[in-house]
Amino acid sequence: MKNEINNGHLESVASDILRPVRINNKGFILWMGFLFTLLALCLYAYTTQLRKGLIVTGLRDYTSWGMYIANFVFFVATSLVGMLISSIFGLSGAKWIKPIARIAEIIAIGFAAVAGLVIISDMGRPERLPFVFMYGRVQSPILWDVTVVTTYFVLSLLLWFFPMIPDLAIGKSRLPGRPGFLVKAYEILSFKWMHQKEQYKILLKAVRILMILVIPTAFAIHTVTSWLFAVTLRAGWDSTIFGPYFISGAFVSGTSALIIAMYFFRTNYRLEKYISQEQFDKIGKVLILVSVLYLYFNLNEFLVPAYKMKKFDAIHLHELFSGKDAMLFWGIQIVGLIIPVILLLIRRLRRPLPMMVISLFVFAASWLKRFIIVVPPQSHPFLPMQHVPSEWYVYKPTITEAAITLGTFILALLIITILSKLFPVVPIWEMAEEENETMVTVVEQK
Amino acid sequence: MIMSEEKKKKIEESSEIEKILESSRRDFIKKAGIAGAAVLAGGAAIYSGFRHEKAKNPGNMIKVLTQDNRLVEIPADQVKGYKPGTEVFTSRGREGIKGKKWVMVIDLSKCRNARKCIQACQGAHHLRPYEYHINTLVMQESENTPVFYMPKPCQHCDNPPCVSVCPVDATFKRQDGPVLIDNERCIGCRFCMAACPYSARMFHWQEPKDAIADAGLTYNIELNVPQKRGTISKCLFSSDRLRENLLPYCVSACPNGVYWFGDENEDAVTNGTTKETISFRELLKKSGGYRLMPELGTKPRVYYLPPKNRLFDVDDEDLKKLNKSV
Repeated sequence: MKNEINNGHLESVASDILRPVRINNKGFILWMGFLFTLLALCLYAYTTQLRKGLIVTGLRDYTSWGMYIANFVFFVATSLVGMLISSIFGLSGAKWIKPIARIAEIIAIGFAAVAGLVIISDMGRPERLPFVFMYGRVQSPILWDVTVVTTYFVLSLLLWFFPMIPDLAIGKSRLPGRPGFLVKAYEILSFKWMHQKEQYKILLKAVRILMILVIPTAFAIHTVTSWLFAVTLRAGWDSTIFGPYFISGAFVSGTSALIIAMYFFRTNYRLEKYISQEQFDKIGKVLILVSVLYLYFNLNEFLVPAYKMKKFDAIHLHELFSGKDAMLFWGIQIVGLIIPVILLLIRRLRRPLPMMVISLFVFAASWLKRFIIVVPPQSHPFLPMQHVPSEWYVYKPTITEAAITLGTFILALLIITILSKLFPVVPIWEMAEEENETMVTVVEQK
Repeated sequence: MIMSEEKKKKIEESSEIEKILESSRRDFIKKAGIAGAAVLAGGAAIYSGFRHEKAKNPGNMIKVLTQDNRLVEIPADQVKGYKPGTEVFTSRGREGIKGKKWVMVIDLSKCRNARKCIQACQGAHHLRPYEYHINTLVMQESENTPVFYMPKPCQHCDNPPCVSVCPVDATFKRQDGPVLIDNERCIGCRFCMAACPYSARMFHWQEPKDAIADAGLTYNIELNVPQKRGTISKCLFSSDRLRENLLPYCVSACPNGVYWFGDENEDAVTNGTTKETISFRELLKKSGGYRLMPELGTKPRVYYLPPKNRLFDVDDEDLKKLNKSV
């Protein structure tokens, strides 16, 4: 490989991508202020839960897992998009993912990190969290979950960071007017990267290993999360396809989150040149693919027991199909899955704005889908619910609970904002290389 | 009874009977001397001197039976009430009572929903009226089959799904059968509630009923008192009563002879109301005993006798409840 340097091209790419890397503009300060204010309110809600106990939620003895657990499943699910884009498409050699792979990793980091906190919000004794490590028992799926979610978080962090090292080296001398600590951070984190051919070789190899390692880890996190339910005997959870059912659903929620983020970065960071029509067209097709896959698993999950109508399955399914959960159930399937697929099949709609709107629906429906997976199977246990206060029969989430859940989204947004504001969201060296058809090997300019 | 040295030591430590201070008179003087000199030179010395004088009085000796069945005589004033700490309760509570296999048989033909079992249980475990370790349900298997009352304690499964899923070993299966919960360990994840097909567990969503009154109590894992906010509670087969050779609270409280309780190894169960003791296997054989949802493979230690030849009907109010809950 020649040490071809198209400095002019690299400069233009670098200035495009590094332009939004600043923290002293009004928009950013306002946005952070908004997030922190909301977060403070949500934290206040959590302190009331700490003070009074889980009584502040709508959870009671029969429906003892509700919004928090649904939210946990959703966060783990959404984080899977990192693996889907970087590894599955990356390893298959798809070039169009290059500008959006880092955004996918940022989403993976944000959501995987917060997933751990979400589960703490559900604990009756959060101060006993260390017990999980002190007295952990390996046969409990919670232990498996803790292990793999942590591993996935670390791998995602590395998958975000490693390919960014050359960018940091490019960026450290191209950040005029930015705070000193940021430039210093770029300098330290770029580990004296010299843009040598040998370095790129090692880097690509390391990234490749990570991309392979993250596949089983990602499958493990969501399969294990599905087993929190599937290992129980309850009708509605007692299913053998819960693993793939959850994984395919995770791709749907993750892809929709990625599209929303892509739209945001494209317009707000003015990266239209990099996150282009092609990326939207392709990711739109990916959303079709994963949604159809998820529909297929839905068909299996609901049609097969519905054909047999065993006593307790029947009670559960009747509630979903025509009972009190029917609106939600059909709304999610139709508005959140079937209609988006149909719309995305139309080429004209595979454009940034319409896709962002469609993805918002898919994203919201994905959250509600977790709710409908978690809650209804608990409201009809094998033995009847009797002699308990009337509000125990039906689970109604409280404002406090909703605020705490909102807080987890704020936290994820904060992580995503910080990562995407302090560091380039699109790989500079890969973009420069893309059009050059050559490895960027830049001698640092002093 | 044969037991290892270690066990012996444990039991010795943990005995609830008066523990005997076997220190000799000389030891006693020495101890008293050191204590007096070191800390409370004045008052303590006078006090121990007084006790010493009293101890010298030969008329004040009493005879006590030691753990290994020896009859010994010791000064009466050296007998102290022994209170085991939480660690003692927990270590023996986790182990269980050796050689026993507790079983319960519930005769559904006798239950008329007096709910005395529930009240006794809630009293013993400091629970609110709607917090259950045992609950009596109105049941109907299918449309044309009879309606009956069914007391439902924890089934104390031999293959307990709740124990498998617990991440921290807070809920555990004992060698003598009961499934217990350690509320000093429980992290409040409620996975066990999700896993239990019998809905036998309850959670302390708020401060327990007697939280303030119980604040100073030593936690007894076999009674699960004091109850703790943010943790699970459940039926314990009254393990604290079993240790004292007594029948469980619910069993003793029943006015209708519904409950039989005993040891499967001995093949004997005792009726809580009539105190009659009969063969466990005979009882099941004679009356067609069964377990709840055996198809789930949980292997409960609670058996039921079918609701046949019932002499009374189910309350109308309860019938309504049944229709509402299905």
